[in-house]
Amino acid sequence: MMLENLIWGYVYPNESEIQWSILIVLYPYITGLVAGAFIASSLYHVFGKNEIKPVARFALLTALSFLLVAMMPLLVHLGRPERGIEIMFTPHVTSAMSGFGYIFSFYLTIVVLEIWLSFREDIVKKALSSHGWKELLYSSLALFSFDISEKTLHDDEKFAKKLAIIGIPSAAFLHGYVGFIFGGIKANPWWSTPLMPIIFLMSAIVSGIALLILLYIVAMKIRKHAIDHKCLQSLAHYLWIFLILDVTLELLEIISMKYASREDIDIINRLLSDKIGFTFWGVQLTLGILIPFILLLMVSLIKKRDTLKMIMISISCIFVVIGVFAMRWNVVIGGQEISKSLSGTLTYVPVFFSQEGVLPAIIIFILPFIILRVVTSILPPWKDMEEETQKLN
Amino acid sequence: MDISRREFTKVGCRIIIGATAGTTIVESLITNGIAADNSPDQSGYDWEKHFWGFVVDTRKCIGCGRCANACKLENKVPFDEEVYRTWIERYRVKKTSLETREEEVVIDSPNGGIDGFVDDIPAEELKKSYHVPKLCNHCDNAPCVQVCPVGATYETKDGVVLVDFQYCIGCRYCIQGCPYGARYFNTEKGTADKCTWCYHRITKGLLPACVQACPTGARKFGDMMDKNSEVNKIIDEERINLLKPDLGTKPKVFYIGLDREVK
Repeated sequence: MMLENLIWGYVYPNESEIQWSILIVLYPYITGLVAGAFIASSLYHVFGKNEIKPVARFALLTALSFLLVAMMPLLVHLGRPERGIEIMFTPHVTSAMSGFGYIFSFYLTIVVLEIWLSFREDIVKKALSSHGWKELLYSSLALFSFDISEKTLHDDEKFAKKLAIIGIPSAAFLHGYVGFIFGGIKANPWWSTPLMPIIFLMSAIVSGIALLILLYIVAMKIRKHAIDHKCLQSLAHYLWIFLILDVTLELLEIISMKYASREDIDIINRLLSDKIGFTFWGVQLTLGILIPFILLLMVSLIKKRDTLKMIMISISCIFVVIGVFAMRWNVVIGGQEISKSLSGTLTYVPVFFSQEGVLPAIIIFILPFIILRVVTSILPPWKDMEEETQKLN
Repeated sequence: MDISRREFTKVGCRIIIGATAGTTIVESLITNGIAADNSPDQSGYDWEKHFWGFVVDTRKCIGCGRCANACKLENKVPFDEEVYRTWIERYRVKKTSLETREEEVVIDSPNGGIDGFVDDIPAEELKKSYHVPKLCNHCDNAPCVQVCPVGATYETKDGVVLVDFQYCIGCRYCIQGCPYGARYFNTEKGTADKCTWCYHRITKGLLPACVQACPTGARKFGDMMDKNSEVNKIIDEERINLLKPDLGTKPKVFYIGLDREVK
């Protein structure tokens, strides 16, 4: 039978089917993009990095678009999706998973509030200047409060900053927590490490910034507008710093596993050399970290030549988002490809058409881009980018 | 602020209607009647008066597979799927050359051992060979109970870890959390599933199906609250071992003659 070719050594009979599929790979990937985009926006909102300002509000909208679908892969994956809401009503507090609904909702509230506050002036102006259904739409978005005097705007800004300050730890918590869902499973030697939450968080920030850069470049190309190179290179600089933190932690985990050489080391070695050898060493570390690291280092060394730098940054970012997806894959799928008997491995074969197949995963991953398109047409963040570049020119 | 009596009544009525409707909606969404709080409906059975334990004597197991077969029959576990509430593992340690001293252990459990085992390695190549029956350990500190996000998996007062099928959302976190591979996904129910120590039988004073079916007495089941039970005697007198004791799960399946290769 085909099954036998996919199994090496001895796996417990109940393990012959992989339980968490590509959808569960997608879930930490999407959540990570949310956390990363939000933290990028707070570089401006909290830390006052003015060079990030052109993309600060755009980053918030990106975070929202991805956040809205973050729950979907989980829901689709459930054996009884109609009971999913029980996680909110009757959470079992000892479970690392039970807090997700609350953390998710709390974070969603913060992101929505943050967006509302930073777009309120625009919304009110639109409400006052438009007619018909548009007037109704923007008036209701403004919650029928049209006060945009200098004082209220100033208050808004102060409140938005406070929110963003709460937002950073909650973004970190949202994603660190996803890491803990895996890191807390002592049954699985590939997952069970206290480093998991922070590794997840760092790779989240990395993927979020990279995605934001790509979306920014694409948006500017579509709108046929000049790119603010200062902003771009500043983002690339942060990306580079977080890449270093990320790779340090990822390597630390591997090195300490290999150095400590506990009873699970043989199966871990087999996992790293055979099962996920290519996706780990090749995609996650070389393509996703090493090459972008070198390219971004060159970006910061080269003087002038903005177009070349932009190309190098774009390539780095594409590699980074692929590399982080590989990282999620290596954790979620890799962890299930080793048997808990520590004596065998199995292979995950993705199915295309099925409830947990590649097709629903692709659909779920396309959704946030459509949502982003809709959200940016209601709340255009372009003014920030375009004004800035005009000033520069 | 001035509120007329009429307005006050209006607002008051709205609040009352809203609150009632709200709680009714929430109530209807919450699954009621939590199995974990109610003793099974068997007449005369009091779950506070028992605490079950299981002993596996690996020295007695001959790998006939009758236990695994009986389990699937008794608990309607599909025969055509790779899912098992109990199974038998065979360990064969090959002879080693004195130079390399590398030990090769061949482990298998074809169809959970239900159809028995085939001798595909000549006996003269083997140093030793033995069978190890496996089942849910009904851990006292069960990781599956810990990780269940809705509390659908619970330990009963008499020490059995069960799944509430009316409650389980099918997230499969418990399957990931179990270090022993004792859990599986029930595709028909859309929930997790596992060994219950035949809870429907033991609460009627019967033995679990696998214990009943074992021809050699390799599986023993009994009440650890009963001083004279066979299980207690073995635990008191024999040298027993647990599976993966380092994980701190406190299993309640006790093994006699567990070799070092067994995980």
